[in-house]
Amino acid sequence: MNAAVAYWPLLGVLWVVLGFALRLNPALVVVSAGLVTGIVAGKSLLAVLELFGEAFTRQRYLALVLLTLPVIGLLERHGLKEHAQAFITGLRGATVGRLLIAYLALRQIAAALGLTSLGGHPQTVRPLLAPMAEGAAEIIGELTDEQRQRLRAMCAGTDNVGLFFGEDIFIAFGAVLLMQGFFADQGITLEPLHIAIWGIPTALCAFCIHSLRILRFEQRLLRESIIATTTMPPSATPSP
Amino acid sequence: MITLQWIYWLAGGYFSWISWRGLRDTRNPRRFTTALFWGLLALAFLIGERLPALWMGVLAVALAAIAGFGGLRSGCYEQSGIEEKRAEATRLGSRLFWPALLIPLVTMVLAVVLKDLEFAGMRLLGAEQPTIVALGVACAVAVAAACWLTRQSLGSAVEQSRRLLDAIGWAALLPLLLAALGSVFAASGVGTAVADLVTRAIPVDNRLAVVLAYALGMAGFTMIMGNAFAAFPVMTAGIGLPLLVTLHGADAASMAAIGMLSGYCGTLMTPMAANFNIVPAALLELRDPNAVIRAQIGTALPLLACNVALMYFIIFR
Repeated sequence: MNAAVAYWPLLGVLWVVLGFALRLNPALVVVSAGLVTGIVAGKSLLAVLELFGEAFTRQRYLALVLLTLPVIGLLERHGLKEHAQAFITGLRGATVGRLLIAYLALRQIAAALGLTSLGGHPQTVRPLLAPMAEGAAEIIGELTDEQRQRLRAMCAGTDNVGLFFGEDIFIAFGAVLLMQGFFADQGITLEPLHIAIWGIPTALCAFCIHSLRILRFEQRLLRESIIATTTMPPSATPSP
Repeated sequence: MITLQWIYWLAGGYFSWISWRGLRDTRNPRRFTTALFWGLLALAFLIGERLPALWMGVLAVALAAIAGFGGLRSGCYEQSGIEEKRAEATRLGSRLFWPALLIPLVTMVLAVVLKDLEFAGMRLLGAEQPTIVALGVACAVAVAAACWLTRQSLGSAVEQSRRLLDAIGWAALLPLLLAALGSVFAASGVGTAVADLVTRAIPVDNRLAVVLAYALGMAGFTMIMGNAFAAFPVMTAGIGLPLLVTLHGADAASMAAIGMLSGYCGTLMTPMAANFNIVPAALLELRDPNAVIRAQIGTALPLLACNVALMYFIIFR
């Protein structure tokens, strides 16, 4: 309700939204938005560049997940994906739905116990979960390229949902400490345990909603493969 | 003892090697800019903290320009055929899983169990970002195990990862650039402007309207910033604390918890959260960079509705 609030910096937000909507290259959109925002907020170009460089240096660690790639690259050259697919096809009763729901549950529980590093896109999704899901799906029938793409995206989404809606239940997790610290600054004392406990209802909802979506996804794959095998030519497959 | 700096040097060495191999890959049409990109990134890891912030800013802009104007291309890599891969898979069997599983397992053991271990008054892991340090150590252990298992050299492992790295390309850089953008946003007062707009737009006496504004505001502002942690202080100082806690007497602990999780629903729906949504799409070789977001929207929207309902019924007990 402060009349002195400056709205100019919102131009940067608009810039980002437009840039992503127009599908310009994200790296350029982000950097130019940073420069624009800083300049309309009344900073000099050099000051904005300094701010950028400082944050870039501080957040370098975000790129360290790339260190997992030599292991994955080498193992994939020696048949990791092929073996993951053969392994899951050999398990009795393995289906895409069961695999992904089991992964979701394990990821949520592990994250809730503070074991957030026990999974992740380069660590488990690319080398293990995605090939296993593809192997399990191919028990029903060969996947089309489009189905394979959707299945992989679902694997990545399942890892994210499991992580996000598990980690907040762990009391020593950064988010819980951030909330406690914020309220402490405002003179309100909160117990980390109370914050963590109120993460549980949402975590249960997340598990139910995402599991239902996995099952529906599996049903759709099944339906598509039945249509593909009963109708000729296969290109006549209707898409809902 | 093992500090974040060591892992930065490790990463710097790795990117230097990638840069050198890229430079010699004559089948890459843009080998000089590709090598320059990885070389600059190596520099950022090797001596980043010793360079003036202004230089690092220029370096970040240069990296974005190389990536943005198509300077990163794929070259030619030693690859094995599908027959050879099948034969290797049969020969090595489930032993192939072990090096891959070592990454999360070693990270977990180091970061959770051995975190505070001390030798002669020295901590095993540095106090700064112990999980990231543990991940770096785990990668080194796992790559050694993978080389031993497949009887290949470290050079061969780096060469195989070059194929993946060049395919990920600019997406690898995006999380760092977005983090930098986030701090420019924060320093320029974007958050206060958003919170101010929201509070002007809603009837503050209506509990449901305020709950909706806080939960949707958390989700929306997280989508802008790409990070719920950045949205939380802004939205809570602007809406949660003055309107929900002070005016309507809400319970702060449950409001904060559900508010943060509403922000996470936003994380599932935004390309700004590149490390969760865009990098995986590149890593899984998906044609549509937004494919992971599309797969998540169906979970995020109903879950956000659940959060609004939970917040409305829980925080005013």
